[in-house]
Formats: sequence, structure tokens, C-alpha cells
Amino acid sequence: MIEIKDLHKKFGKNEVLKGIDLSIKEGGIFSILGPNGSGKTTLIKAILGMVLPDSGEIFINEKSLKNNFKYREKIDYLPQIANFPGNLKVNELIDMIKDLRASEATKDEELIELFKLQPFLNKRLVNLSGGTKQKVNLVLTFMFDSPLIILDEPTSGLDPISHLRLKNLIFAEKEKGKTILVTSHILSFVEEIADEIVFLLEGKIYFKGSIPELKSKTEQPDFEHAIASILSASYA
Amino acid sequence: MLKILKYSFYDLMRSRWSYVYFLFYLLLGVVLLFLNNDLSKAVITLMNVIIILVPLIGTIFGVMYYYNSREFTELLLAQPVKRSSIFLGQYFGVATSLALSLVIGLGMPFVFYGIFNSNAIWDFSLLLITGAFLTFIFTALAFVIALSNENKIKGFGYAILLWLFMAVIYDGLFLMSLLYFEDYPLDKFSLVATMLNPVDLSRVLILLKLDISALLGYTGAVFQQFFGTNFGLILSFVMLVFWVVIPTFFIWRIAKRKDF
Repeated sequence: MIEIKDLHKKFGKNEVLKGIDLSIKEGGIFSILGPNGSGKTTLIKAILGMVLPDSGEIFINEKSLKNNFKYREKIDYLPQIANFPGNLKVNELIDMIKDLRASEATKDEELIELFKLQPFLNKRLVNLSGGTKQKVNLVLTFMFDSPLIILDEPTSGLDPISHLRLKNLIFAEKEKGKTILVTSHILSFVEEIADEIVFLLEGKIYFKGSIPELKSKTEQPDFEHAIASILSASYA
Repeated sequence: MLKILKYSFYDLMRSRWSYVYFLFYLLLGVVLLFLNNDLSKAVITLMNVIIILVPLIGTIFGVMYYYNSREFTELLLAQPVKRSSIFLGQYFGVATSLALSLVIGLGMPFVFYGIFNSNAIWDFSLLLITGAFLTFIFTALAFVIALSNENKIKGFGYAILLWLFMAVIYDGLFLMSLLYFEDYPLDKFSLVATMLNPVDLSRVLILLKLDISALLGYTGAVFQQFFGTNFGLILSFVMLVFWVVIPTFFIWRIAKRKDF
């Protein structure tokens, strides 16, 4: 599904990605982990074509991303910070994204029902709380039926019930055979949903595999300690 | 691109600032007309206001809009939309809504005053056309500045400096060079120097249309000879179009290579 070959990216003097080689097969939930500033968001943005790599190439379904924007029809992306044009109302924003993508959005009503957004549909986005904005953000992401879903910190600002609903939603999408990329700092969430994790450290892939593999590699009994041991080893 | 333009335009049409801007021109038009009671004089006063204010508002609004909609731009960038259409759409959305505020805000009082039955109609339309051009030019320049500066404060600073340079400093340098080189023939130089600054170009265009070029002395005569002809008029408009097209090209180019 996604093939990344020797990806490098610098921002000024700051070398964020130092040669990433990654291949992600179709189907399943992949979690990208790493400390702050390890390049998670940069990697995701490179896949989305928002960050242009200095060298290396990315292929999605065997097509290179260079000078290509149509491939994004096949990706649903949830950005990290939900901030929308304040003067629009929620339902106008939903209609607008539908209009821009020109692909059939079938699940919007279902999702609005799921996250109980009906009372907010006619409100302007400036007047919504952070958590409600995140729910709108989730509706915008999940209302399409694309084979690849990319979620950047999907749980931020959500209350426990919405958190649970989000988890079920992610599992339901996985059942349909979709590929889902998630970044999150909430390890319990990652442990619960991820089939495989990709651990980034200082711009390189430190580990790629399943959680049990990580545990045996670091010789730690649980996931949290395994991650902590990688981090303390690298900071020491 | 048209879709992005449409949404940026709607977004702005609902923002308070568009109304403030619109009401300001409406008020200005009404006050000038009913206190002055003379169309031509009102047009001259308006010109002085427009020449300075329109570039300022265009610059500030352009920079502000770009920085304020950054997260939204990121959302759009993840959609299957071409990069160039996102930024050009936003630019045209901002510039069009500003230009509309200007044209409608000023146009309404003048229409009610009876501009259609007056000789000043051509002067007045020229005023609105150059005002609209200035809006498009300075909004485009503001977008170029904002796109090339991640830092908001820097972006604002450069934008204000650009406005200050075009609206004030350029004239000062121009005058000083005229004084310094007064022993040389300066007709061509001053013509070219005027053409190179959209603010000056608009001012000269309107002044000459108002038939007060005699006030400008010998230079006025030279200018009248040049800008008064159809050739001069067309060339001036071509220059104004260039001033829109070139920054727009830069918006396109910078947007294509930028990381978000």
C-alpha cells in the first residue's frame, strides 16, 4: 500500500527524517510512535504531500507522489489541531468538504448521530469547544470510504465516551480491510488498537513490528516499560 | 480553484471586517458628497484616501487572512485539490471581497447622488477601477510575503514596510532624485519611475483624467502628453495588470515548493 524509500527531510539545519525506509501492507492498524520531535508528523505530512521530501520517494499503490494530487482521493486524514474557518457553520463545513472531494460521502449522518453533534450543526465553528471541534474533525475524516486512513493524535480533547466510540469506529473500519495509520502518545490506546507499531527515534526507524515482538526485544513485561526502556536508552 | 474561491469569499463576506470596511466606504462616500456638494471635488478627495488606504487594507487583510487560515489551509492540503488552486483560490477570494466592499461601498452613495447624470461618471469609474486594481495588487503582494515568512510578526512587519515604501518612501526617493538630477532631462525617467510603482501610477492616471495636470507644471504637460493618449492609458493598464500577474505567479511558485 505505502512504500517509502530512503526519505530525507531537513527544516533549515534541523534534520528531521534521516533516511526512512518503510513499507506498509494493505489492511490493519499501524501505529507510529516516537518521542516529541522524532518526525512522526513530518512523516505523515510527507505521505500526504504537504511536506516535500529533500530526497527519497514515496509510492502509494505503486504510484509516485511527485506532481500528483489525485491520490489523496484515496486518503482520509485527521489533522492534529482542529481549526476551521470560524465563520462557517458545522453543516456548511461538512458540505464544503464533500463538495471539494467530489466523492460520495455516505456516513456523515451516521457519524453525526454517533458523536451527538446534531445540536451543533447550525452553530459557527468559532463557538465550539475543543472537544466538539475534534468530533467535527472526526466526522470529516470518517465520512468517506477511502482505503487509507491517517489519524494524527485522534484522541486529543475527547471525553471518555467519545474515546470509546472512536475506538469502535476504528475497529469497524479495520474490519472492512482498510489500512489505518495512527499516531498517539496514549500508549494504552495504541496497545489496544495497533496490529503493528513503527517506532521513530531521531529521524530513523528504530523498531517495526508487533507489540509482543517489541516486548521480547526490550525484555520488558509490558508495553509502557518497553517504550520507556527505548527512550531512556536513547537519552542516556 | 473556483470552489476554494467560493468558500473563501463566503467566509469573508460573513466576517465582521468586510462589513466594517464596506460601511467605512459607504460613510466616506456619503459624508464627502453631502458636505462637499461637488462631485469632482469629492472624487479628488476620495482619490487621496483610496491611493493610501486601499493598499494598506489590501496588505493587512491579505497577511491576516493567510495567517489566520493556516490550519484550514492544512485541512485543504490533505484533500485531493491542487496546491496552486488552494492558494490562488484564497487569494482571489480575499481580493474579490475587498474590491467588492470598495466598489459597492463607494458606488452606492454616488449612484444615489446621481452620478449617472453627471460628467464625473468616467472619473469616478476610473477611480473605482484603479482602486480595485490596487486591492488585487497589494493583496497578492501580501500573500507572497505571508507565504515566504512562517513568522507572523515578521510577515506583518514586511507587509507594512512594503506599503510604507510604495505609498510614502518611493515618492520621497523619486522627488529627491528629481532634485539631484535636475540638470538632466528627466521626462523619460519620471515616466518610467511612475510606471514602476502602482500607487503612483494610479494617482497620475486619476489626476490626469481630472484635467488638473496644469497644476503639475512642465512635468504635467509631459505626463498629459503620454498618459492622456490612448496609448498611454492602455500601457498604464497593462502595467497594472503586470503588477497583478507577477505577484500571482510568485504565489503559485512559492506555494508549489513550500512545506506545511
